[in-house]
Amino acid sequence: MGVSASAPGSTDPSLIRNFCIIAHIDHGKSTLADRMLQLTGVVEGRDMRAQYLDRMDIERERGITIKSQAVRLPYTAGDGRTYILNLIDTPGHVDFTYEVSRSLAACEGAVLLVDAAQGIEAQTLANLYLALENDLQIIPVLNKIDLPFAQPEKYAAELAKIIGCSPDDVLRVSGKTGVGVAELLQATVDLIPPPVGDPDAPARALIFDSVYDTYRGVVTYVRVVDGQLNSRDRIQMMSTRTVHELLEVGVISPDPIPSKGLGVGEVGYLITGVKDVRQSRVGDTVTTLARPATQDLGGYRDPKPMVFAGLYPLDGSDYPELRDALDKLKLNDASLVYEPETSVALGFGFRCGFLGLLHMEIVRERLEREFNLDLISTAPNVVYRVRMDDNSEHIVTNPSEFPDGKVAEVFEPIVRSTVLAPTEFVGAIMELCQQRRGTMDGMDYISEDRVELRYTLPLAEIVFDFFDQLKSRTRGYASLDYEPNGEQAADLVKVDILLHGDPVDAFSAIVHRDKSYNYGVAMAAKLKELIPRQQFEVPIQAAIGARIIARENVRAIRKDVLAKCYGGDITRKRKLLEKQKEGKKRMKMVGRVEVPQEAFIAALSTSDTGAEAKKK
Amino acid sequence: MPGHPPEGAIAPPDGQLSDRSLSRLGAQSLSAYVHIPFCASRCGYCDFNTYTADELGPGANRADYAGTVIREIEFARGVLGATTTPLHSVFFGGGTPTLLPSNDLAHILHSLRDTFALAPDAEITTEANPDSVDKASLAALRDAGFTRISFGWQATAPHVLAVLERTHNVDKALAAVRAAQEVGFEHVSVDLIYGTPGETDDNFRAALTAAIDSGVDHVSAYALIVEDGTRLGAAVKRGTVPQPSDDVAADRYVIADEMLSSAGLEWYEVSNWARPGGECRHNLAYWRNADWWGFGPGAHSHIGGTRWWNVRHPSAYATRIDAGKSPAQAREELTDADQELERVLLGIRLKEGLDGIPDDLSAPLVSEGLLEQHDDNLVLTRQGRLLADLVVRRLT
Repeated sequence: MGVSASAPGSTDPSLIRNFCIIAHIDHGKSTLADRMLQLTGVVEGRDMRAQYLDRMDIERERGITIKSQAVRLPYTAGDGRTYILNLIDTPGHVDFTYEVSRSLAACEGAVLLVDAAQGIEAQTLANLYLALENDLQIIPVLNKIDLPFAQPEKYAAELAKIIGCSPDDVLRVSGKTGVGVAELLQATVDLIPPPVGDPDAPARALIFDSVYDTYRGVVTYVRVVDGQLNSRDRIQMMSTRTVHELLEVGVISPDPIPSKGLGVGEVGYLITGVKDVRQSRVGDTVTTLARPATQDLGGYRDPKPMVFAGLYPLDGSDYPELRDALDKLKLNDASLVYEPETSVALGFGFRCGFLGLLHMEIVRERLEREFNLDLISTAPNVVYRVRMDDNSEHIVTNPSEFPDGKVAEVFEPIVRSTVLAPTEFVGAIMELCQQRRGTMDGMDYISEDRVELRYTLPLAEIVFDFFDQLKSRTRGYASLDYEPNGEQAADLVKVDILLHGDPVDAFSAIVHRDKSYNYGVAMAAKLKELIPRQQFEVPIQAAIGARIIARENVRAIRKDVLAKCYGGDITRKRKLLEKQKEGKKRMKMVGRVEVPQEAFIAALSTSDTGAEAKKK
Repeated sequence: MPGHPPEGAIAPPDGQLSDRSLSRLGAQSLSAYVHIPFCASRCGYCDFNTYTADELGPGANRADYAGTVIREIEFARGVLGATTTPLHSVFFGGGTPTLLPSNDLAHILHSLRDTFALAPDAEITTEANPDSVDKASLAALRDAGFTRISFGWQATAPHVLAVLERTHNVDKALAAVRAAQEVGFEHVSVDLIYGTPGETDDNFRAALTAAIDSGVDHVSAYALIVEDGTRLGAAVKRGTVPQPSDDVAADRYVIADEMLSSAGLEWYEVSNWARPGGECRHNLAYWRNADWWGFGPGAHSHIGGTRWWNVRHPSAYATRIDAGKSPAQAREELTDADQELERVLLGIRLKEGLDGIPDDLSAPLVSEGLLEQHDDNLVLTRQGRLLADLVVRRLT
C-alpha cells in the first residue's frame, strides 16, 4: 500500500487529481478501474475481484453502475512524487443524468472511455457535453484495443473531431490486458489540473453520492471545495439546514479508512448516523455549524420522478411486505417516491415515481430479488398537468385519475433526445421520431459514417417502447440519450377499457388523440385473446369518455365438461377439478367478469419498456 | 386410461387394504373391470393404454394374457378376503377386447364367476370393434355368459372415420350390431365421437340416425379430445388439422340429445343415452362411486375409499403378477373431503341427480338455468350438462 506523507486531511492540493470515467455500458469502465486499482497497489492482484467497484449484484449482472463511489489511489508518478488520484465513479445511464452531473462537478478531469470496436454512444456523448460544460479536462481513451475487431484509427479520428483534439492525443488501452493503463495514470497527473480552494474559508463540500449501509447508516460521499471537515465536527446541510454530528470521516481505498479529516480538494466519506438518504441529498453542500458558509456550491436540485407506474403484489396478502420493502429501499434511494393506491383490477398497491425506465426496472428487480416479492406493474406513464375550463389544475400520475369534465389543456413532459447511429439508418430513425410526435432540432455528422440526430420528443412516447423500436429499426446500432426539457400542450385523451361495462383502471391510458383509436383497437383485441370465456357474453370496449371507439366480444362459454372418466381414473378427474379451483382463486373479479392474473400481466406488457429492451 | 397416471402413495406389494376400506366392502355393489390392452392398430386420436398385437413379450402377449389376468383375479380374492358380495357387473374394455379369442374372454369371465360369483342379473359387457367380430365369435361370447356388447362405431362418414384412423366402414358397423342382436345379446350399445375435424352437423346426424335405426338400446357420445402424445395431437400442434372447437362440440351435443331423446333414448349420464332398462349398470357403478376391481395393466380400482391403479405396461404388469406381487403402481386413501368432492363431481353427472347440496350453492345455479330441483335432488339441465365442470366447481 502506497501510504505516504499525503495522509487524508493534510494532502497538498497540488498533488491531488480528481477525475471520473465517462463511458457507455459495456465499454469496459469497471475493468479499467479495477486495473487502475491494481496498478497503484491499492488492491493486490490476488484480492482482485472482477469489477471491484460495482458492489451490487444487479450492477454486476447488468454490467452497469447505478451508484457511484469514489476511490483514493496513491500513485507515484514519473517525477517520483506520490500523487493522490481520486477516481469518482459515475452512473452510466440516462435516468441518472443529475447524479452524473454532481459527480462531474466533483472533478477537474474526465477520462472519456470509448470501446475501440464500437465508437462513442449517445449517452457517452451527452455526458461528455456535460463534462465540457463543467470545464473538465477531457482525456480521450480508446479501450479494448486488444479486440480483433478494434478500429482504433477510425474511432480516434471520431473522438478527435468531437472534442477538438488531434487523433494522436487519444490514448489506447486495454483494461483487460493492462496495456496503456500506466500511461493513462501518468496522463491524469500531467493533464488534469489540481483542485483549487481556500483552506481558510468556511468549509464547503459537495455531496455527490449518498448510500445507505445496513450497519453504518447513511454513508455520504463528498468532495471538499473549501476549508476542512473534521471528525466530531457538527455539520450542516445547506439546503435543509439540518445538523448532524460527524461520527466518522475517511477515504475509500478501496475499503473505508477513517481519517482525522478531509481538506481542500479531497474526496472521501462522512458518517453521521442518519438512517435515510433523504437527509443527505446528492447535490447539497455540507458546511460546519461552528463556522457556516454563507453561499452553497450551487446546482442542487430535488430529484424529480419522471415516470410512474403502479406496483402491486401478485398475492394481495403480500401488501404489507411490499410496503416494508419500499420503505427500506427508500432509505437508499432518494429519488424513489410512492404512495398507496387501490386498483379495482389489481387490489392494493403503490403508485411509484421513478427517474426513468431503468430506474423503474432496477427498483422492481430489487423488490423481487431482495425482498422475494412477486409483482405486477402497470404500464409506465409520465406526469400530466391538466388545466380545466374553470382554470383548476390537476397533476395526473395515474391515467385512471385523469379528470372527467371540461378539459381546457393537457401538458405533457418533453425531452431533448440525441440519437447516434450509422448514417444508413437516418431515414428509419427520422420516420420513427416522426411517428412518435418528435420535432427535429438538428443533425450532425460526427464522422464519415456516423450521425447525431437531435429531436424533441414527448417523454410518454419514449416510455412506450421507443428504445425497442429504435434498436430494431437500426439493427441494434443506434444509441439514445435524452434529458427533460419542460412540457408542451398536446391533444391528449384518456382511453378507458371497459369489461362488461366496467372500466378496468389498470388498462386506462393517456394517449394522443390521433393514436387513441389504434390503441383502443389493439388493446381490445389483445384482451379478447386473454380473457377466458365466461357464462355470459363479455363485451370489451375502448372508450374516450362516453364514446366507444372499439369493441370486441368474448362469447359466452358453451361447453365446460370432460366427456369421459377414462376407465375409472377418478383420481385424475378430482385432481383436475382441484387444479381448476386453485386457478379460480387467482382470478380477479372485474365486476362480474373473472380475469386471470396472467391476463393482466400479458395485457400490461404491451408497452414493452425501453429498460426491458436493454436487458435483452 | 390416457396420459400419465396420477401420483399417489406407495402401494404395498401384498396389495393389502386398510381396515377402513375392507370394512366398507359390501356396503355398495362390487364390479369388475378387465382391461385388454391390445389393438390391431393404433388409432391416431387414442391415448389409451393399448398395444398392437405383436409388440409384447411373455406373459403380456396375447396368447398368455388371459392366464396372467386370471392370476390377478386369484390375487384379488386373497386381498378381499372372505367377502361374499357377488359381482354386480363385469366390463371388458380396452384396447379391443375382442382381439382376444372369445375363449380367452370366456376363461377370464368364468374365473371371475368361480372366484367371486356373479349376481343373478349381473351385467356382463364387452367392448368390441365392428371389424374384430363375426357372428360365430359373438355367439361364443353370448354362450359364455356375456349379456351386453358395446361397439366402437365412433362415426359413420368415411372421411371422419379416416381422420380417426378407424379401419371399419358403416356396413361393417351395422352388420356387427345386427349379428349381435341375432345371436341374442339383450343389450347392444354403440359409441360415437363428435367434433372430429372435418365432421359436419349432418355427418353426425347421419351417424345418430344409423345408430337409432339399428335398434341398439344404448348410445354413448363423446366429444373428441385431442390428447398430447397422439398422432392427432401432433397434427393439431403442427396446424395440419384444426383444433376441434368447443362451440361445435356444444352444437353436436345438443343435436345428439334432441335426436336420441326423441327416438326414445333418454340421457341418464352426461354422455350416455339409453332406452328404459338399457342403462349400463357398470357405467352407473362408476358414477355412483361403487366398488370395483380393475384387472390388467393400467386399470384403476376403487374399494371402500381406497383408489389404486396398476402399472401401465403389460410386461411390467405380467412380471409383477408372475412374482406374486400386487400390480398396483400407487394408491390413495381418500379423505372424507376427497370423498365428498368425488360424490359431487361423479353424482351430478347422473340424471338421478344429487342431494345434500346447500341451498346457497345450488340456488344461483338453478336461477341461471344450469340445475333443476327434482324433489330432493339437483339435476343438470341440458345447458348444465354442457357446463358440468363449471357447475361442479361452484358446488364444491
